Amino acid sequence: MDFAFTDEQQMIRDTAESFLSEVSTSEAVRAAMATERGYDSALWERVCQEMFWQAIHIPEEHGGMGLGYVELVAMLEQMGRYLFCSPFFSTVCLGVNALLVAGSEEQRAQYLPEIVAGKTATLAYAAANGGWGSDAVTATCAADGEGYRIDGSYRYVTDGHTAELLMVAARADCTAGDEGISLFVLPADTPGITRTWLPTMDQTRKQAELVFDGVTVGGDALMGEAGRAWPQLARVLDLARVAVAADQVGGAQQSLDITVDYLQERVQFGRVIASYQAVKHKAADMMLKVEAGRSALYYAACVADEALQGGSLGEGLVEAASIAKAYCSDAYFFNAGCGIQLHGGVGFTSEYDIQLYFKRAKSTETFLGDASWHRERIARQLLDGEAVA
Amino acid sequence: MKLSFSPEDEQFREEVASWLADNLSGEFECVKGRGGPGDEHHLVEERKAWERKLHEGGWTCIGWPKEYGGRGASIEQQVIFNEEYARAGGPGRIGHIGETLAGPTIIAFGSDAQKQKYLPGILRGEEFWCQGYSEPSAGSDLANVKTKAVFEKTDEEGAGTWRISGQKVWTSLAHESEFCFVIARTDPQSVAHKGLGFFLVRMDQPGVTVRPIEQLTGTSEFNEVFFDEAECDASDIVGAPGEGWKVAMGLLGFERGVSTLGQQMLFQNEFDAIVKLAKANGAAQNPALRQRIAEAHIGLRIMRYNSMRMLSGGEDGSLQKEAMIYKLYWATWHRNLGKLAMDVMGQESEILEGAPYELGRLQSMYLFTRSDTIYGGTNQIQRNIIAERALGMPREPRG
Ligand SMILES: Cc1cc2nc3c(=O)[nH]c(=O)nc-3n(C[C@H](O)[C@H](O)[C@H](O)COP(=O)(O)OP(=O)(O)OC[C@H]3O[C@@H](n4cnc5c(N)ncnc54)[C@H](O)[C@@H]3O)c2cc1C
Repeated sequence: MDFAFTDEQQMIRDTAESFLSEVSTSEAVRAAMATERGYDSALWERVCQEMFWQAIHIPEEHGGMGLGYVELVAMLEQMGRYLFCSPFFSTVCLGVNALLVAGSEEQRAQYLPEIVAGKTATLAYAAANGGWGSDAVTATCAADGEGYRIDGSYRYVTDGHTAELLMVAARADCTAGDEGISLFVLPADTPGITRTWLPTMDQTRKQAELVFDGVTVGGDALMGEAGRAWPQLARVLDLARVAVAADQVGGAQQSLDITVDYLQERVQFGRVIASYQAVKHKAADMMLKVEAGRSALYYAACVADEALQGGSLGEGLVEAASIAKAYCSDAYFFNAGCGIQLHGGVGFTSEYDIQLYFKRAKSTETFLGDASWHRERIARQLLDGEAVA
Repeated sequence: MKLSFSPEDEQFREEVASWLADNLSGEFECVKGRGGPGDEHHLVEERKAWERKLHEGGWTCIGWPKEYGGRGASIEQQVIFNEEYARAGGPGRIGHIGETLAGPTIIAFGSDAQKQKYLPGILRGEEFWCQGYSEPSAGSDLANVKTKAVFEKTDEEGAGTWRISGQKVWTSLAHESEFCFVIARTDPQSVAHKGLGFFLVRMDQPGVTVRPIEQLTGTSEFNEVFFDEAECDASDIVGAPGEGWKVAMGLLGFERGVSTLGQQMLFQNEFDAIVKLAKANGAAQNPALRQRIAEAHIGLRIMRYNSMRMLSGGEDGSLQKEAMIYKLYWATWHRNLGKLAMDVMGQESEILEGAPYELGRLQSMYLFTRSDTIYGGTNQIQRNIIAERALGMPREPRG
């Protein structure tokens, strides 16, 4: 057992940190978030060509780097710290994960190299206000000749208006819950798809609504088995939750760091405000949250890694993902909220960055289940003796 | 990062588990899940006998180097031992102050003679220790100790006797202990951290008086200890006179929290009892309590992951950030667990098991958790330390 970064993992983390501190400055983030696309295409191209980040955990046989989830999480933590605006999360943490978990040999061989080459992707499954479980899938699919016909709508789709490749869930008519769900992969420009950008409170990550109206796909678009895809989709979502938690730990850390920097500068009553105990104690509580969150995250990263490799630790993915997502959601919100308070009036301005973290904390908290959603999932395991997927 | 254990370690796990299955039964059935803070006063003789049994199997002080009678167990093996001990329902260790504080201090800073004299008793589970730090005027401000140690030389070689006078307070388990490690002022002119000595003092002597203090639980696990010219041989000071602070603090960095895993196992037992009760009395259907039970579970898991990070941390022994939050984290978590236990008990939480003040296990745990955020550095002191040492914020002004 060695629950610390290896030298190589540390290097990946450090490289991400130094690159992002240069390219994902406050000005760059603000410029990107003001656009509908939400990121700078030239920068994304640079990331794909020079850094090769999009390929991090794609197997080498498909042209990727073949690294694991711990490396991915180390990088995501830095992206969260610097509020990196890019299609990385949607493409890698939703798209690649879905292909790795549910894609057939042919689908992986076709799409993973395309992603390595710079194509973007995302996953759509949830309808409006339907929660984050299997009930959220309301779009329908029906056999249509050799292929399928998909109808219905999806909301909260990360980068849904810009992604080039879509993975979508739909259910057979008259099915409910975990039953009857299928997963498909298709190009975003397939006829019948309307994609609408949804303006969001957190402008650093873009969301869209997708409406499918009589969209027809071939039989080769089906991922996994027709009507039995929920366990795979659930696994993809748990992998994505670990990735969101990484973003949250990075953001919670940066909320603390920029706040402490400010406290050390600002003078009131003839002393730097960092010298007041009420302020010190709040900062200490913030550090506790982020360090405990980081412990939860790294454990979940190891579990996610084994879940993808087929190791025995991977069986604990549901629990580890819920623990990380529940704790890190609360920790990020706490740190960013305290951060605003400790900044005083300037914390309420758009000029200071703490507000960006505060908004990102809320959007990441909501996405894929907030803390109480995940606590209830754990409670079902503990108290009702249910095996929860 | 790697969380799996090697085949040798897994074999070690089987060895521990089967020994515990064979031995934590019969006459020791009654100590299962007992002891630890809040339950320290129960089944004391039985638990002392269990300590000796552990020694027979070679399961005390497993992290100590082999030359001192330990197993020289790796961090992984110590983790495994604690996990299996928890799984088997092993009782709270009555010898933990000796095994995890006194012993390692003596190993790191003590003389050969001290090692020969004191380590075997700890190892055999026969001699128990208490910690004589706090005084009426030295609580959070520990360096303010007033207890004095005066040296009477008997020859020019340095032989002689220290005479210790003063008062210690809140001394846990002093009434069950053979020895106490005491910090006292060797230089009467000195203030704060300077001029202190670290003494190994025999409790059974005319100069030492132990007076139990009744706690809010109605029981007495800690005491006042009065020293009136208590004797301590010249050979029983650890380090030089004046170096007591360094010795007292020195271990914190190296220890990296292996012993905390032993504590987590007790927490797990308590948590399991709460879950069982919630299922039995219907509290498990209450949505608000479900949230808090899940939160407690999440908190305990993270405590474990955090210790695993601590244990894998820097080889240089420096205290890392995850180690600096540890006390504040667990104490606050446990205090919340106490409250949760009462809320799960519901209306029955008020009703005692008997007169005059016979607390049930969860009730006693609940009351006792109020001390977790006080002893070993209060939550406020922990926050000062985190803000100053980890975040580099200005130090508190001193009076
Ligand atoms: C159950 C139990 C067992 C114990 N066992 C032992 C033992 O075996 N051996 C031993 O030596 N001691 C033991 N102690 C003593 C314990 O370490 C002290 O109680 C503790 O260090 C606090 O000191 P105090 O009680 O004097 O409180 P004080 O220091 O008087 O503190 C009172 C309050 O003031 C706050 N405060 C004090 N200073 C500051 C500051 N600078 N900034 C902000 N707030 C501050 C504290 O946080 C606390 O809330 C035990 C205590 C308990 C409760």
